[in-house]
Amino acid sequence: MARSALTGTRIRERRLVLGLKQASLAKAVDISPSYLNLIEHNRRSIGGKLLSAIAQVLEVESAALTEGAEVALMADLREAATVSDIVPEIDRLEEFAGRFPGWARLLADLGTRVTSLEQTVETLTDRLAHDPFLSDALHDILTTVTAIRSTAGILTDTQEIEPDWQRRFLRNIGEDSERLSGTSQSLVAYLDGVEDVHDGKSAPQEELDEFLAAQGFHFPQLEADPDRDLDAVLAEAGFSAHLPAARALALTHLRDYAADARAMPMGAVREAVARAGPSLPALAEALGADLFTLFRRLAALPAEVAGQTYGLATCDASGTLIFRKPLDGFALPRFGSACALWPLFQALSVPHQPLRARLTMPGRGERGFDVYATARAVGPAHFSSPARVEAAMLFTPAGPADSKTGHVGVSCRICPISDCPARREPTILSATF
Amino acid sequence: MGKRVLLIEDEPNIIEAITYILSRDGWDVLSHSNGEDAVEAVAAHAPDIVILDVMLPGRSGYDILGDLRRGEATAELPIMMLTARGQARDREIADELGATRFMSKPFSNAAVLDAIRDMAIEA
Repeated sequence: MARSALTGTRIRERRLVLGLKQASLAKAVDISPSYLNLIEHNRRSIGGKLLSAIAQVLEVESAALTEGAEVALMADLREAATVSDIVPEIDRLEEFAGRFPGWARLLADLGTRVTSLEQTVETLTDRLAHDPFLSDALHDILTTVTAIRSTAGILTDTQEIEPDWQRRFLRNIGEDSERLSGTSQSLVAYLDGVEDVHDGKSAPQEELDEFLAAQGFHFPQLEADPDRDLDAVLAEAGFSAHLPAARALALTHLRDYAADARAMPMGAVREAVARAGPSLPALAEALGADLFTLFRRLAALPAEVAGQTYGLATCDASGTLIFRKPLDGFALPRFGSACALWPLFQALSVPHQPLRARLTMPGRGERGFDVYATARAVGPAHFSSPARVEAAMLFTPAGPADSKTGHVGVSCRICPISDCPARREPTILSATF
Repeated sequence: MGKRVLLIEDEPNIIEAITYILSRDGWDVLSHSNGEDAVEAVAAHAPDIVILDVMLPGRSGYDILGDLRRGEATAELPIMMLTARGQARDREIADELGATRFMSKPFSNAAVLDAIRDMAIEA
């Protein structure tokens, strides 16, 4: 069953949520109740003005009725399919989600949980194997225990021991037991901290991503006053970091956000968008900003200010994703490496040269996206050290994909493009694209 | 005076305990607690047996062992490695580098004494 065929079901669900009678909705949009009944049972297709009118009465965006949460659900289900060696019928994913939406959501949720738990295990394993604090603490404990055991052995096994030596050994045992006690306590405190990892927040970046997504990537407090205390902003936004490093990342993000809001206040962006239209170079010139900063700013603003809904990904020179704001239809991998064909990575090799492309992701409803990328050097240049470079990729929905639209994926594991020259590893999906 | 043991270990209370045990058994025990100049200390004291800790300030016991094995005068010197990491991989490294014995912490006094006596006989 195609996603669009489920529009009627979603209209019905939304109407029932609002407690609206079928007849009332039909009357409000000027159609007969029997026709609405056919629509709600997916027996009549719907679009255009009638869809807009129904969406308005139901107080939702039209897209929410035509796609609902399906796009995100499909993306989650595709990711869930990667957690096992069993290859499910990916080509029947939409039918599955359409016929069994509850089971589909459950499976997607379980897939997310498995991925999150695998990350936790990896983090803990890595921590146990390489954690310098844990290694030092265990070494210290074993060394101290060795000293105590050896000294106690002398005291108990030696029948005639000189009083001077006896006093010295007793003092040593006292010192060592005190040291052992201190090290043990700090180890327990440390392991208590490790328990936080089990809360599902396995990495600081993941915690930051979740926090920013919950805020809609937008901070009204900093829009009103970019000089506000950032700790207070975090507290008001309900940020409670499980990992100390997540707090540091959040503060860095807010510092950049405040600087951008200071340089490009929301009112100025609104005016510039009204004047310059969607042309990003014209917007950058009007606002006196470089493209990288403009991208970051637009992705932090609601569509009514920025003119469009924007997603954003940034990376450092290693290609590691630093910031992720996905959009429905343009997913960004939560873990691991992204698609090497993204303009984001091409931009790294041509800093300051803006790149533009119309792209689509397979299996995402064939929706096209306008994608822009740019890279810039960070910090002053030095002859003695390599330049630091960062890249940003801004993307916005651009209507249905056509023959001129390029194709990219999310990451190789869940990408069905079979003849991709940039493929790093086999896909688990069948070649449906 | 008995045979000479050089104990290269940075933990003072372990030095004191091992020194006491071996001295009572008739060994002439010297100690050195820095990794950086441990090879020079071996050359200066010319011990019959070396007890060498792996984790030392300044230099790893494995690096010191490697240097000693490459030195003509110390290539066959009996050396017992001490480590708080008793994992198989650590034993393998010690073996590959030419350690005579390997002992994990914590150890018993009797085990240390037996090992030193055996090494003296085998040497």
